[in-house]
Amino acid sequence: MRLKNALIAMVVLLASGATVSFAQESHIGNLQGRASAGKGLYRRYCVGCHGAEGDGSGENAAWVDPKPRDFTAATFKCRSTPSGTLPTDQDLYDAITRGFVNTSMPAWKPLTNQNRADLVAYVKGFSAKWKGAAPGAPIAIPAEPPVKVEGILHGRELFQKMECWKCHGPEGHGNGPAAATLTDSKDNPIRPYNFAMGSRFKCGVTNEDLYRIFMTGLDGTPMPSFSDVLKPADAWDLVHFLRTLQPMQTKEAEVWKQWQTTQPAQAKQLKPIGPDQGSVQGAMNAQ
Amino acid sequence: MINMLNGKWRSGPKSSLLNTILLVTSFAIVLVLSVLTDSQPAYALPLHTGNVRAIPAFARKYGLPCSACHTAWPELNNFGQTFRDNGYQLNNDHDSPIYQDPGYFPISFRITPQWHREGVNNQLIDAVPGVAGDPVTGEGMVNGRVTTHGFDLSGFDLWSAGTLYKNISFTLLPAVEASGALGFEAAFIRFDNLKGSRWLNFKIGKFELDNMLSEKRFLFLSNNGGFYQSYHFVPVGEMSNAFGLGDNQLGAELSGHSVNSYTRYGVALLSSNDGNPELPTSRGYDTYLTFSQAFPIGKVGVQRFGGFAYIGQRPTIALTSEGNPIPGAGYGNKSFYRVGFSGDLNIGKLQFLPFYLHGYENAFLGTNTAANAALPDGAMAPTWNAGFVETHFHLNPQFVLTQRVEMIRMSRQALPDTPLNTGNIDAYTVGYRWYPIMFSRAGVAFHNEYSITKTRGNAPLSGGSAPFDPTGTVWSNSVKAGFDIAF
Repeated sequence: MRLKNALIAMVVLLASGATVSFAQESHIGNLQGRASAGKGLYRRYCVGCHGAEGDGSGENAAWVDPKPRDFTAATFKCRSTPSGTLPTDQDLYDAITRGFVNTSMPAWKPLTNQNRADLVAYVKGFSAKWKGAAPGAPIAIPAEPPVKVEGILHGRELFQKMECWKCHGPEGHGNGPAAATLTDSKDNPIRPYNFAMGSRFKCGVTNEDLYRIFMTGLDGTPMPSFSDVLKPADAWDLVHFLRTLQPMQTKEAEVWKQWQTTQPAQAKQLKPIGPDQGSVQGAMNAQ
Repeated sequence: MINMLNGKWRSGPKSSLLNTILLVTSFAIVLVLSVLTDSQPAYALPLHTGNVRAIPAFARKYGLPCSACHTAWPELNNFGQTFRDNGYQLNNDHDSPIYQDPGYFPISFRITPQWHREGVNNQLIDAVPGVAGDPVTGEGMVNGRVTTHGFDLSGFDLWSAGTLYKNISFTLLPAVEASGALGFEAAFIRFDNLKGSRWLNFKIGKFELDNMLSEKRFLFLSNNGGFYQSYHFVPVGEMSNAFGLGDNQLGAELSGHSVNSYTRYGVALLSSNDGNPELPTSRGYDTYLTFSQAFPIGKVGVQRFGGFAYIGQRPTIALTSEGNPIPGAGYGNKSFYRVGFSGDLNIGKLQFLPFYLHGYENAFLGTNTAANAALPDGAMAPTWNAGFVETHFHLNPQFVLTQRVEMIRMSRQALPDTPLNTGNIDAYTVGYRWYPIMFSRAGVAFHNEYSITKTRGNAPLSGGSAPFDPTGTVWSNSVKAGFDIAF
């Protein structure tokens, strides 16, 4: 009888463990993620850095640089939505899939699509914001124009004018005069992206990803959204210029190098980017 | 009971209670099994050192918990497999040692203080202790049972593995046996992502064969259960080939994988010496081919299937000098092979690992006959079929229940007068591992396991002394309870 009671108790215990869940769900394409399934996955893969409460205070947080994301704040760098809004489920799914370059957050692509969808559902349960607000509407990204040297020169001008160089450095090395003073929303030091490293971007690898980064901004960091000050055509020019700062063989680098080779006099007229340079209008006029 | 990770896990108390219930229940089952079945000798059994792998140095480097890479350490999950396939890299442009704190050194150790008990029946024992009997005729010897038990240590692994530079990785594993003997279990350098392709990785040195079901990273440690019988079996009486599919081999390997390692292949060229250094046998080479493909099935999990083929040769004649064999100069090579398939099937927390192998040895190897001599009358190439089904139930990342059913059946003996069932093996193992400590810097598992093996004609693996009853049955069992420590 005692054995029977013990077995019943064990079955009840197992059953109750299986029903612990958040009601939260995620929807990524045809996938539907369940927080109840995500809980076990979070415990297995994420808790060491992000912590059991999702507040970024896992046992490894002290040794991780940059610090793990605090999910309770519901502030996310990589979004397709405007600055200050919640990301879409797809954004969170992409972030888990892609990982974050130069951080301790790996690409979790070896997990199944379902696993990652379940994790998204679970992560959303850490902040009440998900219950009170809907994700923002993804920004529209117009078709990319052809790469032309005029666009690259205009992008270079914008890089100067928008003062991107103050953080990212005149040559995009991430060593601008303000770089050393930058902190994130939790007052942790943060480094601007170094284009010369040639690594993928924080939030993707394509030109479209780069466009999205400075049109949505990276919430929680000093990188603002430029959607109010940049027109789409300007943004694409800036994308094409930024690509020339990278060491890879890209279409933009090829066009830029060819112009410098065929138009050396005009290239020489370009003033160095930085505090002493006004504009590249002279070079533009020389076209 | 120490709770999960940082002690703040929400459902910790309930998980701990459940763990405790399972722990006590399982421990009781294993103890009852060990008492109900009579037990016997360690000397008749191959001493398995529990030389399996988990590398907390990686967890320390990347700040990930053990469970990120392991279903239950040391067994890899798909994320861990991908990490390994990438050359111990997460590919976050942060893998090269230049990015590590100078104080970081990629060292891990592992040892298992334990209590274990082994037993086996039908053993040849001197009729009068201290008076040597004749194992050939059986004179002065009796059939007896032997049991041993006591506190002990496993072998000691001192791991160093990681990246030398981006896309150049290495492993160095000096292994200290329980006796104190030192050897190199593994040592290799690997050039990863050649030509920027994950499909081209090359390594050279001593390494584990790319077995889909790794014997180095599995969840069993006892003397009987701590190795796959199928991986090491050779027909009874054969002395020419001490090959083990689970043994680390010396050679070079070309391998590749898809971005999530769902598709994997490996091609290895290996010296024909079963991983023993200093070229002790011949100038021959073996080949090992593997391929596997995984398929995610929605909410069920990832299912992986794979095939393998090991095609090898061993010398049958030793070149001698003054009657002594000259190492590495053996000749008269004869072939053998092992082919088969395996699976890694997952249904939620339940994991099935089926395995099948077909073995073949050339008749010269099977009868221990030199290639320049005549085969015994009626000699044939021995063949057999082997397989197992292993099951894991991962209750949570800190508790796993395990069992394995294994069978080996001879399908053809080397000599016509040998009964067909000589050498057949049936083995069963059950156990659990509980991980009270699973941090990103260290891990401790309480390991408890019971294993029983029935062997026809010899015990428990082939080889050994005559006379033996070719149809007699030998039962052996082993129990192990210990703390598996990895730091």
